[in-house]
Amino acid sequence: MDKREYQWAWLMVLPVVLIVAFSAIMPLMTVVNYSVQDIFGPGSRFFVGTEWFKEVLRDPALHGALIRQIIFSAAVLVIQIPLGIALALCMPKKGPWVSVALVLLALPLLVPWNVVGTIWQVFARPDVGLAGVAINSLGFDYNYTGDPIDAWFTVLVMDVWHWTSLVILLCYAGLQAIPDAFYQAARIDGASRWAVFRYIELPKLKGVLLIAILLRFIFSFRIYAEPFVLTGGGPGNSTTFLSQSLTTMAVGQFDLGPAAAFSLIYFLIILLFSYVFYLTILNMDREG
Amino acid sequence: MARIELNNLAHQYAPGGEYALQPMQHVWEDGGAYALLGPSGCGKTTLLNIISGLLTPSQGQVLFGDQDVTRLPPEQRNIGQVFQFPVIYDTMSVFDNLAFPLRNRRLSEDYVSRRVTQIAGMLGLDEVLKRRAKNLTADAKQKISLGRGLVREDVAAVLFDEPLTVIDPHLKWQLRRKLREVHEQLNLTLVYVTHDQTEALTFADKVVVMLAGQVLQVGTPQALFERPEHTFVGYFIGSPGMNFMDCQVEGSEAIVAGERIAVDPAMAAAASESGGQLQLGIRPGLIRPAAADEAGLMIQVDQVEDLGDYELITGHLGEHKIHVRLEESEKIGSDGLKVVFPTEHSLLYADDRLVGGGA
Amino acid sequence: MSLMLEGIHRSVGGEMFLEDINLTFERGEFNVLLGLTEAGKTTLMRIMAGLEPPNSGRVVEDGTDVTRTPVRKRSVGMVYQQFINYPSLSVYDNIASPLKLAGLSKTEIDQRVRTEAERLGIDHLIDRLPSELSGGQQQRCAMARALVREAKLVLLDEPLVNLDYKLREGLRSELRNLFADRDTVVVYATTEPEEALILGGKTTVLHEGRVIQHGITAECYRHPANTTVTQVFADPPMNLMPVEVVDGHLLVEGLLRAPLPAHMRDLAPGHYTLGIRPHHLFVHAADGLIPLHGQVEVAEIAGSVTYIHVEVNGRDWVIEERGVHAVHPGEQFDLYLDPARAYAFDSADQLAAAPMTQSE
Repeated sequence: MDKREYQWAWLMVLPVVLIVAFSAIMPLMTVVNYSVQDIFGPGSRFFVGTEWFKEVLRDPALHGALIRQIIFSAAVLVIQIPLGIALALCMPKKGPWVSVALVLLALPLLVPWNVVGTIWQVFARPDVGLAGVAINSLGFDYNYTGDPIDAWFTVLVMDVWHWTSLVILLCYAGLQAIPDAFYQAARIDGASRWAVFRYIELPKLKGVLLIAILLRFIFSFRIYAEPFVLTGGGPGNSTTFLSQSLTTMAVGQFDLGPAAAFSLIYFLIILLFSYVFYLTILNMDREG
Repeated sequence: MARIELNNLAHQYAPGGEYALQPMQHVWEDGGAYALLGPSGCGKTTLLNIISGLLTPSQGQVLFGDQDVTRLPPEQRNIGQVFQFPVIYDTMSVFDNLAFPLRNRRLSEDYVSRRVTQIAGMLGLDEVLKRRAKNLTADAKQKISLGRGLVREDVAAVLFDEPLTVIDPHLKWQLRRKLREVHEQLNLTLVYVTHDQTEALTFADKVVVMLAGQVLQVGTPQALFERPEHTFVGYFIGSPGMNFMDCQVEGSEAIVAGERIAVDPAMAAAASESGGQLQLGIRPGLIRPAAADEAGLMIQVDQVEDLGDYELITGHLGEHKIHVRLEESEKIGSDGLKVVFPTEHSLLYADDRLVGGGA
Repeated sequence: MSLMLEGIHRSVGGEMFLEDINLTFERGEFNVLLGLTEAGKTTLMRIMAGLEPPNSGRVVEDGTDVTRTPVRKRSVGMVYQQFINYPSLSVYDNIASPLKLAGLSKTEIDQRVRTEAERLGIDHLIDRLPSELSGGQQQRCAMARALVREAKLVLLDEPLVNLDYKLREGLRSELRNLFADRDTVVVYATTEPEEALILGGKTTVLHEGRVIQHGITAECYRHPANTTVTQVFADPPMNLMPVEVVDGHLLVEGLLRAPLPAHMRDLAPGHYTLGIRPHHLFVHAADGLIPLHGQVEVAEIAGSVTYIHVEVNGRDWVIEERGVHAVHPGEQFDLYLDPARAYAFDSADQLAAAPMTQSE
C-alpha cells in the first residue's frame, strides 16, 4: 500500500526533475565534459583527463584573481553585514517614515547591474563626476582609472551602495518579528542598549543573518558586470575578479577546456564556502 | 517592596476621547497579592501598563510607597514583570538568565551566585541551572521569567500579564501553587492580570473586578462570591454565574413572579428607599432543595445536566430563567423542584448595584 | 450513516501516534474524544477526515472503505481550535462558501445560510467581516460553515479552547442542542472532562495513542476502567492511594485502618489502589467518614468551589469544597473520606469496586 503511494509521489515530482535536468544538470554535465577534453573544432576533440584542472590550478593570473576575489568578498561581508545591521536598527519602527525608508532602500536594488557600473563610472570620474571632483577638491589625489587603491575603493563603495540595502531589509524584517515583550522585559531587567542587542536582537536575527551572509557572499564572489563596466578590471589587473578572468578565458580566448575546468573549481569554491558559513552559524549556539 | 497608590488615576488614549480607564482611587497594600480580573477590553492591561511604566496615564498619579513614579520609565521603577509568553534570553544558560538583572546592576558575582541559587531553589530550577534556557519546556521558561522578576531584592512589585496562557492545563495548578508559595515566602506585592476567574481567585488576596474601564469591586475571593457588589461581578464569578430576577420589594419580602421571598429586612428597607430597577440575586449553589414538609418555591425544570460531581438544573421561575446546582444525592420531583432561597444568600440589587453597598 | 475505524495504526518516524484503534460511531450520536494534549485526538480526527492516511487499518463509512479517499471527495465538516474563516468574505459568504462549491441554487443557498446563521445566533451579523466579530462570534461562524452543508461527518477539534470561559460556558450548553436532530456523525475532541459531561453522548478516552475506555459518557465517568481514566476523565483528577485489604479492613500503614464499605465487601485480600473523588473528601467530620491527616500545599479557588491541595501520606490529593475557603500552605490539615464513595482498582489496574449510584 505504501509502495504505491511512494511511486505516485515520484510521478508528481517528475516534471520538476525534468526541468531541473534541462536547465541545470545538463549544462553542468556539458561543462564537465568540456573540462576533460581538448576541443579544436566540431568533431575534433581529444580526451585530456585532468590536464586542464592542473593547468588552471597552476596559472598565476588565476591565483591573483582568486586572492583578489577572496579579499573582495571578505571586505564586502565585513563592511556590509555590520553596516546593514546598524542601519536596520536605526530604521523607524512604525509611522509614515517606514514606507519612505523602505522605498529608498529598495531603489539601488532595482537598478540593473551594468547600469550601476555606468552610474558610478560617471559619478566617480575625477574630471566631471560629482564624487570624483569633490574628493579631489578636498585635496586627495583621486583617480580610479589610474590608481589601484582608488579603483578598489571605488568598487567597494559602489558595492556597498548597491547591496547594503538587501542586508538592511532582511535585518529589518527580522527585527520587526521580535515581540515587544522582549524589549519591555529587557528594560525592566535594566539591560543596556548593547545588552539588548547582544542578547535579544542578535540571537533573534541569526536566521536572517545566515541568509544575508550567504546571499552577499555568493553574489560578491560572482561579481562581474559592475567592476567590468567601471574599471574594466584595471588599472592593470588590480580589480580583475574570478568571473572576469573566466569570461576572458572562455569568450575572449575561446579556451573552452581550461574555462570549463575553471568553472567547476569556481563552483566548488562557492559551494564549500557557503557550506562552511552555514555550519558555523547553525552551530553558533548549540548546547555546550 | 512598597504599597501601590493610584491617586485619582484615569487614562484616555486620545485627549477628549473615551476613557480607557475611568478615574479611580485605590491603595494596594504592601505585600498583598492583587488580581485584575475582567473580560478582554475591560482596561486591566491598560492599568497594568500604567503601573509598570510602559504607559503614562493622562490623569492622576501612581505612587510606590511615598515616591511618585507616574512619569518614571519601567527600568527606574524597581518592578519585575512576567509576560503572557515566556521571555528568556536564548543564548544564555538558566543561571545567566536569572543573574541578568543583578549583573546589569553591577552586583558582586558572589552575591549574584548566592541569590540566583536561592531563587532557583525556590522555583525548582536548581536541576537545570547550567542548561541553555532555550531548550526547556514552556512552564520551565515561564518560571525563569518569574525568577528574573523575583531575583532582585529591591523590587517594589512583580506584575503578571496572563502568565499561564501557554501552560498545559494539567501543569497550571503546580505553577499557581509555586506562585502562592513564593508570595508567602517573599512577602512581595504582586499584581496579576487575567480573564480567568480561577486564576484570579486562587492567586489573589484581593481581586479587582473591572468592566469597561471601571473598577466594579475590590474584594476577597469570598466577598466576590458571597456578596458581589455589582450584577456583573455576580455573573462573571462562578460557573454558572449568579441568578438575577427582576423583583419588587414589600416590607422585608421580595416579590418575584408573584412569589414572596424573605430577604434581610435592612436590605429590603434600603432597596425600597433607593428605587431604580430592583433585582434579586442568588447563587445557583446556594439555593437549597426544600425539605418534604417545608414551604418553598416551585421551579419548572427545563434541563438537567449531569456533571458527574453535581447536577446543573436549568429551569424557570415565572418567566425568569434560573440555574440550580444540586448534589448528586438530591432528587427532583415530577412536578418540578421545590427550593428555598436562604435569606442570608438572597441579595437585592438596584440598577445593578448591591443595595446597601458593601455593608 | 456510520463511521467505523478498524485497527488503525499511525506512526511517523518510529514514533507511535495511534495504536490499534477500533471504534464505531453512529449517526445522530454525539461522540466525545477525551484525552490530554498529544493523546492522539487530532491525529485520529485527521485520519477520519481523510487528511492523513493511517499506516494500517481501515476507515469505513456506511460500509464503504474511505481510508484513502481524499477529504475533497468526502463529506466532512471540520471546526478547529483557531477561528478559521475567510478573512475577506462576509459572514454570509463564509457560511455560503461550501454550498457554492457544491453548486446549489442561489435561493437554496440563501435559505440554508440564513437558517444556519439563526441557529448559531449570528443572523444579525451576517454582513460583517470576520475581523469585526468577537472570538466567540468568529467560532460560531466557523461552526455554521462546517454544519451548513449537512456533511455526513462533522469533526470539532477543541473548538472552545480559545474562548474566554464565560463565552465557553454559553456556547457549550448550546452545542448539544445544536447537534441534537442532525443526520450526521459528530465527533468532538476535548481535554476537559467537564465539557465531555455537559455534552453527554458517548465518550472515548484516549491516552498515549490508545483507547482506554469507550462508552456512554456518564457511565465512563462513574465506572472508570482503570486508574489512568480517573486521571484523564476528572478535573481535578481522582485522588489515589495504594491500600491493602486485610481481614475485612482497608489498611494504609500509618494513615488509616477502616472496615470495608458495603460495595467492597467482596474484594479478596491483597493490594489495591483506592480512588476517591475530590468532592467526596470533606473538611468537617461526620458519621461514617474516615478521618485522615495531611499538609496543605495550596488552595485553588474556582469561583463556586475551592480546590484544596493536600499532601496525604506522600501523595498529592485534592479536596473540593463548595464556596470559597482560605487556607495557608504548610498548614496541618484534617480531612475526612467517605468510604461509601470510594473506588478500588486491583493490582492489574482494573476497576474492582465502584460506589453504588442512585441509578442502580
